[in-house]
Amino acid sequence: MAHAHKLEIFRGLIKFKSNTQKIWGVLLLLSIITLIEVVLGIYKPAALMVPSMTPFEGGFGALLGNIIFSGFIYTKSLNLIFIVLTIVKAYYITWDFMHMRDETKSLRRLVVWTTIFLISYLVFILLQEGGYIESVYTNGFVKRDF
Amino acid sequence: MDSTVVSTGTNEKTWGGGNQPLKSSYGKMMMWFFIVSDALTFSGFLAAYGFSRFKFIDYWPIADEVFTHVPFLHGQELPMIYVAFMTFILIMSSVTMVLAVDAGHEMKKNKVIWYMFFTIIGGAIFVGSQAWEWATFIQGDYGAVQTKGGNILQFGTYKTIDGEEVFKRVAVEDFTTASHTDRVQHENKNGLWFVGESALPAFSVNDVLHGLESHPEILVRTQTINEEGEKTVLSRAASIDQIKNNGKRYVKGANLEVNEYGAPLFADFFFFITGFHGFHVFSGVVINIIIFFNVIIGTYERRKNYEMVEKVGLYWHFVDLVWVFVFTFFYLV
Repeated sequence: MAHAHKLEIFRGLIKFKSNTQKIWGVLLLLSIITLIEVVLGIYKPAALMVPSMTPFEGGFGALLGNIIFSGFIYTKSLNLIFIVLTIVKAYYITWDFMHMRDETKSLRRLVVWTTIFLISYLVFILLQEGGYIESVYTNGFVKRDF
Repeated sequence: MDSTVVSTGTNEKTWGGGNQPLKSSYGKMMMWFFIVSDALTFSGFLAAYGFSRFKFIDYWPIADEVFTHVPFLHGQELPMIYVAFMTFILIMSSVTMVLAVDAGHEMKKNKVIWYMFFTIIGGAIFVGSQAWEWATFIQGDYGAVQTKGGNILQFGTYKTIDGEEVFKRVAVEDFTTASHTDRVQHENKNGLWFVGESALPAFSVNDVLHGLESHPEILVRTQTINEEGEKTVLSRAASIDQIKNNGKRYVKGANLEVNEYGAPLFADFFFFITGFHGFHVFSGVVINIIIFFNVIIGTYERRKNYEMVEKVGLYWHFVDLVWVFVFTFFYLV
């Protein structure tokens, strides 16, 4: 079972001498990310509590722009940062702890693209519908302030 | 795996069988496929949580105000600290697991035993912390009044801390005294055996109203999130009005039906998702213990490979991976 490990992370920027060293390096990275998340979560800087872009106004181009930049337009910057950091953490757990880095390209794609595709679809459709129901509650004739 | 898999094919013929295009053993591949399907299950739950949250986007509880407790530090408000500790424990036990896998590759039995042992301890600490978190959440801290429409009204008062006016929560018990009541809890043994009811609330809404009227500094806070991202605090007159006209019952803590922090759905999803994850951690610990003893009695030493450790390692890391997402979507976002 003595197969070789790929020992560099950050596309070769950091190269570890042994697999054990790489594990501790990745732990350090994950801890730093968690620490950043916790500090941001406790202090919640006011500047990050609003979306970083305002919606585009106008015709079809604006609609397209709003869809493409929806993460920046409709999500608070802080939440966007949290989600991106989470995905970064997930990447290093899968790649280095679960040894995805050492598997063949086909196994990697098999696992990763399947989940990414299906989860994106699920998340899109549920959040979309949740927003719709919220709009029915708010703009419709549903009374709930009693 | 050579001892269990018989290679029937020849190297020249692609369709002759015996090929391993993914260069991964059967067991490991099946573990990956299981992980994919389990990941979809969890993302289904988290997406459903997102759905409900989007549905009540302006009314959802703020996690920082719900999970503020740390064991042994009673009465202090420390949001996120304990859950950050839990996250760190789980990542740490992931590290010891991957070190066990690494030691297994080098056929170092004693190192595998020790790393597996630390992994199991980490998992046990995590499950215990989760149980404590549940207990604290179920018990609740300030209490609130539920309205006829199912909304939650909480209580608090403005205090000046460091020259700043801050709204501080006040426990209902601190300003309300229970009046004498003739209402007796209906139990199965005193009547129809199939009709019963759960324990009566400690206070009636009238008690809370009297308490509120006799304490002029206390105000009511609603579920509605205002433009500053904080819950709306009502004026004194509106506070009394709300309790008088809409108050239905006093609630403390959280269960599947009511939740003193806000929408009952929040508690439902909390119990369901962290419960399902906790169950995964628990079964992970059990599987780890089995493999741990297998390592001790030398099963893998005789088999001349430690792939079994690698397979449970995959599962264990997956549990950690899920927690990373639960942490983000329940506690941070």
